Amino acid sequence: MSNPPKTSRRSALLASVIPYAGMLGVLLLLIVIFSLSSRNFLSASTVTSVLNQIPDLTVIAVGMTLVLIIGGIDLSVGSLLALSSSIMGVVMIDQGLPLAAAIPASLFVGSLCGLVNGLISVKARIPSFIVTLGMLEMARGFAYLATDSQTKYIGSKVEWIGTAIPGLAISPAFLVAIGVVIAGQILLTRTVFGRYAVAIGTNAEAVRMSGINAAPYSIAIFTISGLLCGVAGVMQTSRLSSADPNAAVGLELAAIAACVIGGTSLMGGRGSVIHTFFGVLIIAVLQTGLAHVGATDPIKRIITGGVIVIAVLLDALRQRKRNSRAQ
Amino acid sequence: MSAATPLLRLRDITMDYAVRVLHQVSVDVKAGTIHALLGANGAGKSTLCRIISGLTQPTGGSMMFDGVEYAPRTKSEAEAAGIQIVQQELNLIPTLTVAENVMFGRTPHRLGFVNRHEQRQQARRALDRFGLKDIPVDQPVGELGIGQQQMIEIASALDRECRLLILDEPTAALSGGETERLFHWLEQLREQGTAIIYISHRLEEVVRLADEITVLCDGRHVTTKSAKDVTTDQMVDLMTNSTEATSPVREFQSHRTDRVVMKVNGMTREPVVRDVSFTVHAGERFGIAGLVGSGRTELLRLLFGADVAEQGNLQLNGEPRKFRFRHPWQAVKHGLAMVTEDRKETGLLLAQSIRMNSTLVSLKQRFQRLGWINRSGERTESEELRRRLDTRCNHIEQPVGTLSGGNQQKVAVGKWLVEEADVYLFDEPTRGIDVAARRRIHALIEELAAAGKAIVIVSSDLEELYETCDTIGVMSAGRMVGVNRRDDWSTEIIMRQSFAGYGSSTEGAA
Repeated sequence: MSNPPKTSRRSALLASVIPYAGMLGVLLLLIVIFSLSSRNFLSASTVTSVLNQIPDLTVIAVGMTLVLIIGGIDLSVGSLLALSSSIMGVVMIDQGLPLAAAIPASLFVGSLCGLVNGLISVKARIPSFIVTLGMLEMARGFAYLATDSQTKYIGSKVEWIGTAIPGLAISPAFLVAIGVVIAGQILLTRTVFGRYAVAIGTNAEAVRMSGINAAPYSIAIFTISGLLCGVAGVMQTSRLSSADPNAAVGLELAAIAACVIGGTSLMGGRGSVIHTFFGVLIIAVLQTGLAHVGATDPIKRIITGGVIVIAVLLDALRQRKRNSRAQ
Repeated sequence: MSAATPLLRLRDITMDYAVRVLHQVSVDVKAGTIHALLGANGAGKSTLCRIISGLTQPTGGSMMFDGVEYAPRTKSEAEAAGIQIVQQELNLIPTLTVAENVMFGRTPHRLGFVNRHEQRQQARRALDRFGLKDIPVDQPVGELGIGQQQMIEIASALDRECRLLILDEPTAALSGGETERLFHWLEQLREQGTAIIYISHRLEEVVRLADEITVLCDGRHVTTKSAKDVTTDQMVDLMTNSTEATSPVREFQSHRTDRVVMKVNGMTREPVVRDVSFTVHAGERFGIAGLVGSGRTELLRLLFGADVAEQGNLQLNGEPRKFRFRHPWQAVKHGLAMVTEDRKETGLLLAQSIRMNSTLVSLKQRFQRLGWINRSGERTESEELRRRLDTRCNHIEQPVGTLSGGNQQKVAVGKWLVEEADVYLFDEPTRGIDVAARRRIHALIEELAAAGKAIVIVSSDLEELYETCDTIGVMSAGRMVGVNRRDDWSTEIIMRQSFAGYGSSTEGAA
């Protein structure tokens, strides 16, 4: 067959870009289409609005990518976000404590719920689909309970997190989201933790029979997903200026969609955080672009849904081609 | 055998995937003969059989079956013509019952509803016909042992209208007794005029069964001969034409010392493993023989903590501490390694690279600092391992699933060599792999013995145990019924011990 690939520096650099070429192409294509159909789409204000709209979804989707890679799923992310946000409201409004106390509380609650998800699904060997479905209901219930079903207005104390830094056009929340993406990708590709995650998702039994205790890693990944819900909770609270127990209903589906558009396999063993980030961007550009061209909500939904299916279809075809070549 | 026109005639069959895997292969298969197809892994045997049975279409060439043009596009077209195949991988559906599997594709029905009574009766008849009286038809297939599953699959194929039967490594999962029974059926079928294409790496079977042999090498037809004219040594020569494989089998050299490395005391998990005790010394290769279902694999799984023993323990390196492992990671931590029976399900991450598989076991010990993977060290070691095992691949980033069986097995073994263990458990280390890979793995096992490791080898292939072991323990109905040294073992003794645990009848224990 063919020769082993030569690894000169330039080709290594090229090889590191190639995997993203497809997604970058789709993104650019969308931008071109919307620019042509709407005169004022391509503007600084659009860019700012897209960038400041995505941090919470980005952060959640990174966690979701990790969970999907080990062959699990986390349906509770939207509710965990709402619960974390609600806790912030309770801490700041009801208790009158500062933001410096509310943020750790939010992260703690998210992590705790994630840990519970992980412990139950891994230790009791119950499919994470079921466990996190239960958590989706419970966390939402707790959110209503904590806030007495009221939206708690917090105001300027949190708004700065989601507001563009003067002269920089991007918000602290966006910077954190980028940091999470980079950290997630490094975790996945360069560390033992990430390697084991991919291995577990590929063949958990082979991992076990290789003398690796997989349970702590799987539990940690659900906990990370919960922690990132806490992070996203802070972001959303700041964007809405308030703690809202009704926030982020259905966000789990948007996060899964972003992962899947990025080529993450729902069967586990395959996924990339960077690809997921592109998935988030594609969804965000699509949403904003459709709004610009004046699409109604039903049309938006139809097109977004179509894009998800087409993305997965293309990915499946590409995988199949690669597999048949490898035979 | 008459010199009548062949039942199946292959002309210039060519197959291209990414590379050409079959080069204009022409073979005739006569009715009423057993035709052995020989070749190393990757020689094209399986591809050729897939073509004949309609699972794949050739890129060139033609076939005649029973005097008419034959070009099946699906397996059912081939079956309609009277061609059945039993592939190396089992094709049973584990959640369905034995009866549902045996009658699959020809389920008796009335107005679209399954006639369960009829289904059970017909399945019972099919199994009884081949002496499988002890297999219950209502049990889900997944609950049966792999040997029994193989027998069900073969019986199911034989029960269908069939003029040409293709068997790909049918005895790989069978024990001695089951193999005998299979051979008996095959000889009967031959007398009835059925043609049989038989693939096996076990050359003694070929000598015993086959009327004709065809040898393939690198996708090319080497020769077709009457089986009587060829010795097993000549077969190996024809198959490999590499210098390595033609070198004579080396004399057995023992590396056994007196230092006890592993002492197993009364390992028990009812009903499969009962009160098994034995010791393995440094440098000793301890073989375990026995019928399929005698508890050999289960014993290894208990030692390794893959299943948890109800009673019993093991001691390592002469220390008083007694272990009963509850997880494989505990066993690995204390110096055990296990190469599992089923490399695809439990041994390898097929979708991942050779590199990732090679370093999976040792990643934490050898290739990380503060959780950070040492990528260059990992690559170097994987390359080193590839060279040492002579793994045939394009590069180490290739998914393991794209390798041939023998090369996959090298990776499955290799991952335990990076960080050395004290005790190596091998479960069917060379099942279904080609002669060259088999010799490489045997040589490797000897290297480990020479380095003072304690080695346990479970194999259904007695020849393999004779070639590689100092000691052969025999399991029967969950017990270790005999331990034989090289000087005093014989096939007769081992076979007698294999059946000893099953009492006066040879039926399997419940």
